[in-house]
Amino acid sequence: MNAAIAAVPLWVIVLIKSAILLLIVVTTFAYSMLAERKIMAWMQLRPGPNRVGPWGMMQPAADALKMMFKEDLTPNTADPLIYKLAPFISLITAMGTYAIIPFTGDSGGAYSVGDVNAGILFIFSLTSIGVYGISLAGWASGSKFPLLGSVRSTAQMISYELSMSMSVIGVLILTGSTSLAAIVNSQARVWFIVPQIVGFLIYLITAVAETNRAPFDLVEAETELVGGFHTEYSGLRFGLFFIAEYLNMITVSCLATLLFLGGWNPLFGPAGNPWIGLVWFLIKAGAFLFFYIWLRSTLPRLRYDRLMDFGWKVLLPVATLNLVVTAVIIAVRG
Amino acid sequence: MSVDRRKNLYNVMALVRGFMTTFHFMFVKKPTIQYPSIKKQHAPRFHGLHELRRYADGKERCIGCELCAISCPANAITVIGAENTPADRYSPGERFAARYEIDELRCIFCGLCEEACPTDAIVLTPRFEMADYRRGAFVYAKDRLLVPPEAGVGSAPDERPNGIPSDLGSVSHVKSTVDIATGYEATNRGTILKEQRRGLAG
Repeated sequence: MNAAIAAVPLWVIVLIKSAILLLIVVTTFAYSMLAERKIMAWMQLRPGPNRVGPWGMMQPAADALKMMFKEDLTPNTADPLIYKLAPFISLITAMGTYAIIPFTGDSGGAYSVGDVNAGILFIFSLTSIGVYGISLAGWASGSKFPLLGSVRSTAQMISYELSMSMSVIGVLILTGSTSLAAIVNSQARVWFIVPQIVGFLIYLITAVAETNRAPFDLVEAETELVGGFHTEYSGLRFGLFFIAEYLNMITVSCLATLLFLGGWNPLFGPAGNPWIGLVWFLIKAGAFLFFYIWLRSTLPRLRYDRLMDFGWKVLLPVATLNLVVTAVIIAVRG
Repeated sequence: MSVDRRKNLYNVMALVRGFMTTFHFMFVKKPTIQYPSIKKQHAPRFHGLHELRRYADGKERCIGCELCAISCPANAITVIGAENTPADRYSPGERFAARYEIDELRCIFCGLCEEACPTDAIVLTPRFEMADYRRGAFVYAKDRLLVPPEAGVGSAPDERPNGIPSDLGSVSHVKSTVDIATGYEATNRGTILKEQRRGLAG
């Protein structure tokens, strides 16, 4: 059996793994969207979508169908090539991160499509490229509101990504590795949320800003910018942005789980079984997703100058301080 | 400089309170009525789609007097009367409505036609689902307004067991020949009807 598997070329295995993962990820996207609509509805005293299938379970399919049959418009003033390319940049970078996210693991290693030893760097570089999708979309639309949206997006992403990286570096110092599997395995005894509580809180806040979600959704602030960077997009291309936004949300949830909540390490009960590990991972990531939805239906959007103030004058100094203190403690304790 | 604590961005307790509020509301019972499947109970005197009544012998109540058309503030009603002949008799009187049309798009459902009618021929029922794709479909003629003979006479104020109540303001009357069994049970008219009768008897 093992010999038979060994005979299969690596690219075939990776291809199959990727296909399965893609299917799971897209389904997760669809139902996280439904979950968001449902939970937000409940918090706003509404029942939420419940007409398509039992409990509205087929709503994502109906939405997808609707998106597909909408007209794909390109404004006259748009730069056609970049305009059409931008959604794909967003989507591909959003999907790419899943290639290395380990969903579960045991003492032997992590279960992911590809185990990159600089995993956290890979993810950060991919999400940084994802900003291009949004900025180019706004710029290439040839319209004022998208442009404003993308300018905001760029500024916001840069400001908050600094603090985010700072908060994550604390974890990297504690682990001494940038491999996601190593980070999770070093949390077997105590999760990093305990020594890195400040880093965790900063990550929590900056992750919301990174994914352009309320209350930091200045990029697509409906009340000010029509639809922000995706004002001019319609149909499937708008859908791609939509998918990318939700995938990013799931990514940061997974990442928070891996970095601060011990990944597949159980809170209680037996450890080491990859299936139980997967369940724990999903529970933790799901809790994060719920928190983001909860956040969206609770807090109003920040004013743009307040957002920048908060990013540069509060988050960045605190993140730097956290990093310095962590580094000093590690250096002193050897 | 005094800062209102409640408006402070960094007031964490306010944030926590906000989060608890939204979390609490997740479990509060939703007031939504799932409309097409569950229908809200209307007020007993709800003004909906009109209907033209008949007498117990099947004759039309409408005598083509056009009082409804005159009283209509929206000019929604058109009546063209004609003479009954012994061979071709529609109503007990001399005249009947040869044409009777109500433009439901103009109608403001005020019920003045009902009040003006000397024979209680035109009444407003609780039916309200009149949506259609064509504007022309909203002009209701006799073919849709006149109740079929087998639908009965309905309940009009002068046909109540105890006669016309002196205090009309406090007694609401239920007026439709549409039987509860024919599909309007959702408006719960049966219950209202029973309660009304009890109120009138006592």
